[in-house]
Amino acid sequence: MARRRSLAVPLAVALGLLPAGKLVLDALTGGLGANPIEQVLNRLGFWTLTFLAAALAATPAKELLGLSWAPRIRRALGLLAFGYAAAHLACYAGVDQFFDWPAIVADVTKRKFIAVGFATFLLLVPLAATSTDAWVRRLGYRRWKALHRLAYAAAAGGVVHFAWRVKVDLLRPAIFAAVIGALLLLRLLPARRRSTAPPPPGSLTPRT
Amino acid sequence: MALFRPDLRDRDVTPQSLWLRRRELLALGAAGAVGALLPAAAGGAGPSGPALPAARRLEMAGGEKPGTWDEVTGYNNFYELGTDKADPRANAGTLRPRPWTVRIDGEVKKPSDVAIDDLLSWFPLEERIYRMRCVEAWSVVVPWLGFPLGDLVRRVEPTSRARFVSFTTLLDPQQLPGQRRPVLPWPYVEALRIDEAVHPLSMLAAGVYGRALPGQNGAPLRLVVPWKYGFKGAKSIVRIAFTESQPRTTWNAAAPQEYGFYANVNPAVDHPRWSQAKERRLGEFRKRATLPFNGYAAEVAGLYAGMDLARNH
Repeated sequence: MARRRSLAVPLAVALGLLPAGKLVLDALTGGLGANPIEQVLNRLGFWTLTFLAAALAATPAKELLGLSWAPRIRRALGLLAFGYAAAHLACYAGVDQFFDWPAIVADVTKRKFIAVGFATFLLLVPLAATSTDAWVRRLGYRRWKALHRLAYAAAAGGVVHFAWRVKVDLLRPAIFAAVIGALLLLRLLPARRRSTAPPPPGSLTPRT
Repeated sequence: MALFRPDLRDRDVTPQSLWLRRRELLALGAAGAVGALLPAAAGGAGPSGPALPAARRLEMAGGEKPGTWDEVTGYNNFYELGTDKADPRANAGTLRPRPWTVRIDGEVKKPSDVAIDDLLSWFPLEERIYRMRCVEAWSVVVPWLGFPLGDLVRRVEPTSRARFVSFTTLLDPQQLPGQRRPVLPWPYVEALRIDEAVHPLSMLAAGVYGRALPGQNGAPLRLVVPWKYGFKGAKSIVRIAFTESQPRTTWNAAAPQEYGFYANVNPAVDHPRWSQAKERRLGEFRKRATLPFNGYAAEVAGLYAGMDLARNH
């Protein structure tokens, strides 16, 4: 058990950093196309949403598919999502806008797609900050878990940010919306089932 | 035996021009070596396709260097060939620009169906280097090859009722597979007021970089109106129609609050979702200020005298 945990997390982190590695490689070899800054922003945003969805999929993956290792890499997936989101925001402010603060403030206050993106990032900050075991203990599991349900709001915000950014082709934002919506439904349905059915053996032990 | 044999002659001296470029040449060599190691970097191919002759050359981008062939033909908005910027080049193989007929009809004295090669033989082709500003806040300088739209308008003799002229893109999901998805209401239609159409800057382009237009750039014939956002430049045109009332244009119909009929480049009127004050020139790191009418205000501002350009955006 302990050995599998020690392998799953580093493996998830290593795999999760592959897109970042590919980005660096493409940047060095001219593989980012004619508008590299846009390409970097698009890819970082895509991977933020992908890892957010993957983190939300951890519990359903265990409950429905029996993948008992999935919840163990949830924290790594969430932190990867935060990392890509932070890189996305840093690239927007530092490279795309080149620290043009008036333009950035105008964007955040006047452009709803950037306002939503920024708010989504702010939602992720407390989740990343309280991702340690120490914070679970400090907050108590119930409150910690309630706080981390914000991940669903962040995922929804990310989808809205994506959808408002594209001109008319909503296919990809719609795919993310469907996946994240389905994951939310999956979490709501078993919760109802659990509340009506007698608790299965072992379900009263806290799941961390 | 002489210690210093004069075996070096004047002709062995490195020409000064080469010597002055030595660092550049070193960098070129290094870039070539890197390129050889990494196939992804070897994408910078030069112009290709059938050559088109130009009778004259007009530099109208303030002396700025055109974008590379790779930028101009590898980063395109042509949703009929896919909605990603790299899609049109990847998917252009299905578009067959010959044989091709352009229908000219509506309020004209001489409606006709013209074979593209006949149409191109009517006017001497000229190269025009224009700035191109996309509504998405990126831009590029393009060496187009074509002829003034006004020459065609005068030749087909619009009636006195003609106030607008519209340009319709080919509707054929076999050739333009992006039309299988209703991303926009197909076919793509763009239009100009007649006075805009006969303005000397408006042109129909059949080529770029001295070559016939690649499919992704709108082969075999496209509209170029350099003071307007790029989406006004209808591609792969099959119909040019003269009308009395303002035609329904594609982006304007899809999102009227975001894309106006006029679509003049205007840094003072933001897109509802992003700023139009600045733009990124492809290949540049920092954004630059967007110019009113994309830098062609001196030539075209008079067309809109007395108009509220925020309302008529």
